[in-house]
Amino acid sequence: MIKVYVSSVIEAPADAVWAQIRDFNGLPKWTPFVADSRIEGGMASDTVGCVRNFRLRDGGVIREQLLTLSDYDFQCTYSILESPMGVENYVATLKLTPVTDGGRTFAEWSAEFDCPPEREGELAQQIGHGVFQTGFDALKTLFRH
Amino acid sequence: MIRVTRSAVIDAPIDRVWAVLRDFNSHNAWHPVVAESEIEGGEPSDQIGCVRRFTLRDGNHIREQLLALSDRDHVSTYCILDASVPLRRYVATLQLKRVTDGERTFWHWQSTFDAPPGRERELADMVGTDVYEGGFEGLRAYLRRARRATDRPTAASRPLAAGQTVPAQGVVVSAFGGPEVLRLQPLPARPPGPGEVRIRQTAVGVNYMDVYVRSGHYRLIEPPAVLGMEAAGVVVDVGDGVAHLLPGDRVAYACAPPGAYVGARTMPADQIVVLPDDVDEETAAALMLKGMTAAYLLHRTHRVRAGETILVHAAAGGVGLFLCQWARALGARVIGTVSSEDKARLARANGCELPLVGRDYRFAAAVKAATNGRGADVIYDGLGRAAMEENLEALALCGHWVSYGQASGPLSPIGPEALAAKSLTLSRPVLFHYIAERAALNEIAQQTFEALRAGVIRVERRHRYPLASAAEAHRDLEARRTSGPLVLLP
Repeated sequence: MIKVYVSSVIEAPADAVWAQIRDFNGLPKWTPFVADSRIEGGMASDTVGCVRNFRLRDGGVIREQLLTLSDYDFQCTYSILESPMGVENYVATLKLTPVTDGGRTFAEWSAEFDCPPEREGELAQQIGHGVFQTGFDALKTLFRH
Repeated sequence: MIRVTRSAVIDAPIDRVWAVLRDFNSHNAWHPVVAESEIEGGEPSDQIGCVRRFTLRDGNHIREQLLALSDRDHVSTYCILDASVPLRRYVATLQLKRVTDGERTFWHWQSTFDAPPGRERELADMVGTDVYEGGFEGLRAYLRRARRATDRPTAASRPLAAGQTVPAQGVVVSAFGGPEVLRLQPLPARPPGPGEVRIRQTAVGVNYMDVYVRSGHYRLIEPPAVLGMEAAGVVVDVGDGVAHLLPGDRVAYACAPPGAYVGARTMPADQIVVLPDDVDEETAAALMLKGMTAAYLLHRTHRVRAGETILVHAAAGGVGLFLCQWARALGARVIGTVSSEDKARLARANGCELPLVGRDYRFAAAVKAATNGRGADVIYDGLGRAAMEENLEALALCGHWVSYGQASGPLSPIGPEALAAKSLTLSRPVLFHYIAERAALNEIAQQTFEALRAGVIRVERRHRYPLASAAEAHRDLEARRTSGPLVLLP
């Protein structure tokens, strides 16, 4: 089981950033690597248990299930049901914490998963940088005033 | 039960910050409210159960016990055993988390406690502001000091003999009047007293407010006195009780009382901002006051939203250009008024979609025409009395008139019924109220530096004058010959 952890600071209040990312179907709106997304079965996108089915710009399709969502803690966790990445038991957590000094947001994105040992480095880089840090950089640009 | 929570981002790797905070007796070295501290019984300062006994600068004394310490999770939990301050059942936890993006540190500080009835607010503010926010600034200064200790000493950090004045010149208003009343004379800076700082200034910002103060229009000084509200430089030394500044720090300020037109200045430290490494002093002096003005006007007095139509008067002026650039970046449609074609070109190049040229304070018809008769949602008005009727006319229903400057004279009285005609809001804001508290000052300053860093606001054309030519600078400003900030160089 390997763990990937990425954290950053967004120059905007935590409630505003949370409003942007709490929509489990909203990845196309704030990440550059997702082309389109839908919730299977027509459930509301903030319903715990709903499944998002989204297509990456490079063509891959991923299905992920929302496990927890807390508007109080600004946190959600989700698992991968299917993906082309070759990972298993993948559970990720996205959490925001207000930074009172400056009205900013401390953002954390982490994932734990199993994979063949020889692919650990490549997957850590792909997920940590290609997904998490890229997502945070896109959020920073979105909130740049 | 009262809960106080504060958090901050420290620009240092987590290991450096934790090395300081895991030492239960280190607060002596970095916390501004702590006078003296020791661990009882000579126990190690990272021993669970050890007790620190310390006195505060205000004379209070406290004993606290370390309850938990985790090097893995970067957590420290402690409680008050007894204290001369009525914080009852006080338990606090500080936790650090790594910010992988930039090798920085997130610091979360929280406590719960009970207070005597009626004193809850006072004690919550004391803990949140003096202890936690003061602690953030104190630790930042401590880490800067430690970093600087490994650098070579510079001329600015050579220690001065006690009581020594710093020789310098300054520009004095000899009497209220025109630019000719400005006189250059020797004005050495005395050593700083408690709460003060002495700065060797390398750049001074000139603002239209200086013209009003010089003419006596705004009675902020009694001649002979020094002009100026904005400058940048390097800290020479600090007085007692100043924990957020160190000799050698590059700093800037935009604040009252006037006195910035000098080569060196001793003044209160609480409105001084430390400059980030990527902002040079001349730029800071050119943008602090106008930049922070644009910041609070666009984000606090009125929160400008994408799609709004805003009218900026004097759109090619110092504040005007920043308003155009920043509002455009926020997605607003910017209409402006300017006094010449050259200024129209400058305004248009900086985000103003429609500059209206004229010197007669008539613009309402053009604004209505450009908005299908609707008018402007917000007017950022530095013109004052002469533009009052046109401003009322140019506003949309439910519009917001922000009168932040009065170049043609103070507004004549407006009764509430005049606003009722269109459900208007009238604001008469002053920068200094928005930055009176250090937390607000730091937030607005950081917002301004971030906008500069991102290219949202730009300082391209600036007019430089030697400090001795302050009169010429005033003449150029009043004749509307300048576009962009004016800077005096001591």
